[in-house]
Amino acid sequence: MSSWSVIGSGVTGLCVATMLSEYNEKVEVIESPDVKTASLLAGGMLAPFCEGESAPDIVVEYGMTAIEWWSNHVSSVKKTGTLVLAPARDTVELKNFASKTQSHTWVAPESLESDLSNRFSQGLFFPEEAHLDPRLSLKELRSTLIEKGVVFHTNKPSGKIVDCTGISAEKTLPNLRAVRGEMLIFESHDVSFSRSIRLLHPRFPCYLVPRHNGQFMLGATMVESHDGSSISAKALIEMLGSAYAIHPAFAEARLVETGTGLRPSFPNNVPEITYQDGCFFINGMYRHGFLLAPYMAQQFVKKL
Amino acid sequence: MMFYDHKINSRLLLGTAGYPSPEILSDAIIESQTEIITVSLRREGKAGASFRTLLNQVNKKFLPNTAGCHTVKEAVTTAQMARELFNTDWIKLEVIGNADTLQPDPFALVEAARILTQDGFKVFPYTTEDLIVGEKLLEAGCEVLMPWGAPIGSGQGLRNIEALRTMRAYFKNVPLIVDAGIGSPSQAAHAMEIGFDGILLNTAVAKAKDPILMAAAFRDAIVAGHHAYRAGIMEKRDMAYASTPIYGLADFN
Repeated sequence: MSSWSVIGSGVTGLCVATMLSEYNEKVEVIESPDVKTASLLAGGMLAPFCEGESAPDIVVEYGMTAIEWWSNHVSSVKKTGTLVLAPARDTVELKNFASKTQSHTWVAPESLESDLSNRFSQGLFFPEEAHLDPRLSLKELRSTLIEKGVVFHTNKPSGKIVDCTGISAEKTLPNLRAVRGEMLIFESHDVSFSRSIRLLHPRFPCYLVPRHNGQFMLGATMVESHDGSSISAKALIEMLGSAYAIHPAFAEARLVETGTGLRPSFPNNVPEITYQDGCFFINGMYRHGFLLAPYMAQQFVKKL
Repeated sequence: MMFYDHKINSRLLLGTAGYPSPEILSDAIIESQTEIITVSLRREGKAGASFRTLLNQVNKKFLPNTAGCHTVKEAVTTAQMARELFNTDWIKLEVIGNADTLQPDPFALVEAARILTQDGFKVFPYTTEDLIVGEKLLEAGCEVLMPWGAPIGSGQGLRNIEALRTMRAYFKNVPLIVDAGIGSPSQAAHAMEIGFDGILLNTAVAKAKDPILMAAAFRDAIVAGHHAYRAGIMEKRDMAYASTPIYGLADFN
């Protein structure tokens, strides 16, 4: 049994700490309360097939195991699938999307989400996909770890270091770059959906993930930039415009929060486990933290 | 072929937006054998340094663009920032007239082109097939014209072929590049067959299932189209015309 210091309490850090503790290793987690954790702004979609539209095979291949892993560890996983829609004039986008993805069927969107009424004549349904609430899930992982005796603190690490600090490791990992993502949360009680919805658009694709208490998470932009400043007006206009296109009743929604996160990414947008100067680094989750962190954590403990 | 004072061998100019990953983008650039890549910075700004560093590694000539600019002032400021960040006086000038159709605003385009060429820029204007706008751009100091094939990202190909032919005939000695709207290699080949000097495209490669293979397809199509133009394409005939002689055939009666 070794003693491990996991640095970072985002999705990667907590998955690694959980996996290590399940292997009966001694673990502590070092937190940095002032650091903005990108995971807290995640959509929480467990949608490997949809991501497969542009993501490498590893995402599709290992993403499905994430749904099982999260179901076994947290309570907010909803296995209700993903519904993909396009505005009437962009239906060609649906055909493109269908040709680049697998495990979907053509559906009448109204049959799955009655609140959509007859707004969309066709949609793509990915029944095996799921979503979760990232903030609740990280809280639950944390509580479980604390129950098991894992200590969270902000002092110096005492064990072997596993650095899971996302974009904060940029200086140490020269290939790591930031991909800016902007998101928002709004509340609406006029419309309810039970699954995540993706709206395809040639320039501003977006997704809408239902959360509890009438809240929805709307995301997310992808900008090749290290700028972590607050959401841009353009992003806000585009994303709210997309939400309005999904359902005009969202015009009366109330904005709860906006956010900007920096996705840690390697040039191939695939995460990596590296060893450098006596430390392990698990990083490069890009936009697939919740989808790939369990798999990466598992690969890490397998290596030991 | 010369664009301004720069000799080029490849007639394909490739955009760098919307690829699945920077790695696939780099591989596609290499496969395409392009020598010029376009890069946007309106949205990324100075903070997009990591992506630019990755692009630097492919060692191609940068043609920064003013994508996303709707006014003369925005376009000029973006061009100046591009000159500083990319250390080049080349600029692909886009001044968008409508956020949905992404049509160029020809009036603002000409004005911005004049300001930028006076400031020492070598301007590659994204324009329509309109001849008079083309003339005004040349007057403003542009030495290359880039008419659209079809609206940006639409993949419709050459929507107004006759007008593009007219443009080719009218601007005999001006390098003309079809910029935007090209969806398939056959469309790119067609533009080259009617005498265009180059093709600038992005989405058709970036959003292909296999961008690297698609980059190869466009590379070959553009070369083929250009060879065909130089070789002289036969005129269409109304009737069949035997390519073998009909005299002296054996008479089996």
